[in-house]
Amino acid sequence: MTIKEIQEQIVSEFSMFEDWMDKYNYLIEMGKEVPRIDERFKTNNHLISGCQSRVWLHAENRDGKVYFTADSDAVITKGIVNLLIRVFSGQSPEAILEADTDFIEQIGLKEHLSPTRSNGLVSMVKQMKLYAQVYKLKQDN
Amino acid sequence: MNGFTASELNELRNQFPALHQRVFGKPLVYLDNAATTQKPQLVIDRITKYYSYENCNIHRGVHYLSQEATAAFEDVRTKVAGFIHAAKSEEIIFTKGTTESINLLAGSLDGFLIGIGDSVLVTGMEHHSNLVPWQQLCKRNQAKLLVAELDDRGEVFLEQFGKLLEQKPKLVAITHISNALGTINPVKEMIAMAHANDIPVLIDGAQSVAHMHVDVQDLDCDFFVFSGHKMYGPMGVGVLYGKEKWLDKMPPWQFGGEMVDQVSLQETTFNQLPFKFEAGTPNVAGVLGLGAAIEFLNQTSLEKIGQHEHQLLDLAMEKLRSVQGIRFIGNAKNRAGVISFVVDGTHPTDIGTLVDKMGVAVRTGHHCAQPVMTRFDVPGTVRASFALYNTAEEVEVFAAAVQKAAGMLH
Repeated sequence: MTIKEIQEQIVSEFSMFEDWMDKYNYLIEMGKEVPRIDERFKTNNHLISGCQSRVWLHAENRDGKVYFTADSDAVITKGIVNLLIRVFSGQSPEAILEADTDFIEQIGLKEHLSPTRSNGLVSMVKQMKLYAQVYKLKQDN
Repeated sequence: MNGFTASELNELRNQFPALHQRVFGKPLVYLDNAATTQKPQLVIDRITKYYSYENCNIHRGVHYLSQEATAAFEDVRTKVAGFIHAAKSEEIIFTKGTTESINLLAGSLDGFLIGIGDSVLVTGMEHHSNLVPWQQLCKRNQAKLLVAELDDRGEVFLEQFGKLLEQKPKLVAITHISNALGTINPVKEMIAMAHANDIPVLIDGAQSVAHMHVDVQDLDCDFFVFSGHKMYGPMGVGVLYGKEKWLDKMPPWQFGGEMVDQVSLQETTFNQLPFKFEAGTPNVAGVLGLGAAIEFLNQTSLEKIGQHEHQLLDLAMEKLRSVQGIRFIGNAKNRAGVISFVVDGTHPTDIGTLVDKMGVAVRTGHHCAQPVMTRFDVPGTVRASFALYNTAEEVEVFAAAVQKAAGMLH
């Protein structure tokens, strides 16, 4: 599936929730299922700054696609990371770089996207795009 | 302990427009008062009135408006002196807040009181604002930062504090009330201990002035600092109180504007107290707003406020105890209306995010006191802090929200 298709799928999933509790329960569940980063990558090098909770993000390039793994000590943060991983993991660097994150607003989690929000969702997206940028440069060379 | 009657409390709440709103469709329960309190209408009105009809620069204008504004500004200085029982209004220096007050002090005392190889004594519960300025001053002077440690309840080991005084630090800088733990330090006793060793003491009163009666002469502290915005006043205004004997001798910190006496291209002589420490155009509207906040507190009675907040604290502790896995960080015998806790198996930001959805505003994180978090080995805490306008019903909503959030996360 393309990034756009996955995002549409997520938006449709979230449209079924009637109240915030269902939505957050779902996020919490997703948090428990995040593609877990290998313990050896849980170092300061993989920490994303700007988060009140600690978030580690790792990326790998296989056959021209970028694969992300992550972890966090806060489960809601982890749920949001998992959403992003679902959208971006397994995509080409070019597709990741071109993609927007408007779906976050559409599923009613806009408050997590504010640059001042201390959960650092913005930093996460930036870091994912940075990985994509690096892999794209490597490819082009 | 009496606190407020229901009608008194209702009347008080009606003076705070910000309290009467809904967030995410729920009535706002504002429990982040240690970060900043909401503002009563009379403070808001005072600022509006100044900018609407009185705005002008103060102190040197010969015209009518300037003289009126100068008089109003200086009148607040007298009010502040009365509020903390300073001996003279010249001992009140207006700053932009507690942090600037402490930086002013650290800047002025650098090389004047504290020099190469000296030491400064703080406690392990200081807000970064009463830690980093001293830590950096010590670095500049190859001086030593001495730290009085905390026991498991979050109280200072007084015996160790006494031992550290024997090392003759040049200054003791301690918080009156810990913003992260709620501990009320026995500052009067600690000041007496320091003075027995001829060491001056700075008290960080950011968390105390709006919650208890402060008498700087009775405490006998040499310096006392606080912010307007944590005592129902505006942001961007604060106070440095210092005994005249210190302030008079201390060199200025910032230069220019009202703080000078005579200036030639080569030399400058400085103005007298308090103006020597007030460089540049001050925050006149802020100072007037602070004056209104003091009037509000004087009318309301700090004694009743303290009683009321203590009742809320006791109720909140009792209600929260039933939350599975809850651990209170800070269990001092003598404490203010601040509760810090973690729920085992959850992260503070998760709890904070979920209770926010239920309309409850609490703070999560390290509360600008990272060494405290390290001491108690937690990544951060959830902190609820009470003000005079909070109600028992709000405490119930808060406790139920934490209960629900913990249930969702476990």
